[in-house]
Amino acid sequence: MAHTPSTVIDAVVVDETQHFTLMQLVRVCSTEPGQLVALVDEGVLSPQGDAPERWRFSGSELARARKALRLSRDLELGPAGTALVLQLLDEIDALRRQLDRLSPP
Amino acid sequence: MEFKDYYAALGVERAATPDEIKRAYRKLARKYHPDVSKEPDAEARFKDVAEAYEALHDPEKRAAYDELGRGHRSGERFDPPPGRNGGFEFSGRDAGPGDPADYSEFFESLFGRHHGAPRGAARGSGSDHHAKVVIELADAYRGARRVLSLRSPVPDGQGGVDFRERQLEVNIPAGVRAGQQLRLAGQGAPGFGGGPAGDLYLEIEIAPHPNFSVDGRDVRLDLPVAPWEAALGANLAVPTPDGRIELTVPPGSAAGRRLRLKGKGLPGTPPGDLYVVLSVRAPTATTDAQREAYAALGRAFAGFDARSELER
Repeated sequence: MAHTPSTVIDAVVVDETQHFTLMQLVRVCSTEPGQLVALVDEGVLSPQGDAPERWRFSGSELARARKALRLSRDLELGPAGTALVLQLLDEIDALRRQLDRLSPP
Repeated sequence: MEFKDYYAALGVERAATPDEIKRAYRKLARKYHPDVSKEPDAEARFKDVAEAYEALHDPEKRAAYDELGRGHRSGERFDPPPGRNGGFEFSGRDAGPGDPADYSEFFESLFGRHHGAPRGAARGSGSDHHAKVVIELADAYRGARRVLSLRSPVPDGQGGVDFRERQLEVNIPAGVRAGQQLRLAGQGAPGFGGGPAGDLYLEIEIAPHPNFSVDGRDVRLDLPVAPWEAALGANLAVPTPDGRIELTVPPGSAAGRRLRLKGKGLPGTPPGDLYVVLSVRAPTATTDAQREAYAALGRAFAGFDARSELER
């Protein structure tokens, strides 16, 4: 293993101001277009635009797409199962935050 | 390197059928998957389970593992047989737990490394890599510089891959939130045939803080105050993730009162708010004077019922 000297890099936040096309998101997630199309069909991802070639995914959907793909691969879930798991995880998150607000210190 | 007992990792017998292996994997995956599980060591446990499944669910790999592993026990020293030169090429699915570089050294010595340019492609851009970085809440307020050690595959010139360790200093901007992704352009896998390098994506995790909790850009602090501070009002110096600030507790405050410090949450457009939630802590009386003070308090609040909420 060779070592190279360190470099300083400015990180760019991938937020709502940035967008991915379908093919860009496919590449970033190392997946197949069909997988992402299935997640859009299930409502897990909500791109702007009326057809796959015009879809624009908000940067904040990257984390969601990756989570959905991890769950579907590792737990061997179909798109509908993945959508349900994500929805329940969102609900658990919201309940935890509520519990945190209500709980006495 | 240590020998890994993949059967033990899945909790199955060596003679387990493929169906038993799949059932055991699915059960453990549901329990330890880091996206689902709240177990403290979920990530490490899941990695073990996924690696064991990767080795045992494929008949080719399972046979090779059984052959090589004969006579070895878990945790025992294991030296890969000579002449393997980075392991076999195996067919089958490439997707492992997270990034392929997550496999243990033991796994890679047996099955090789799942890297390299796609077969038949003469030129192309390198793949994008993903990693996670944990920062303190204060770093999210002020921005931070982090040194990352990355291990990435590079072609060794003989058709195989070698690993290169490199250090990267990353400027993380102020105002990042948990779960957000950062892009480091050109820091993923090198391209091949003159193609551009991929990007590196970092997922931000904010380490839990004993005093502050975070919800999006808003931050909450539970602030204990003395009964007289709540009743009479007070100017207090309170900690924020970005240093101390002066806070005015209005007179007549009760436990549970939320004070909003606008714009003192995580920076951004717009910045979040800092919510200070008051809790009242009464001291224990240990001297006669202190007991007398409580007695006087009791007389002054003769009509007060601390348990009015209990029985109705």
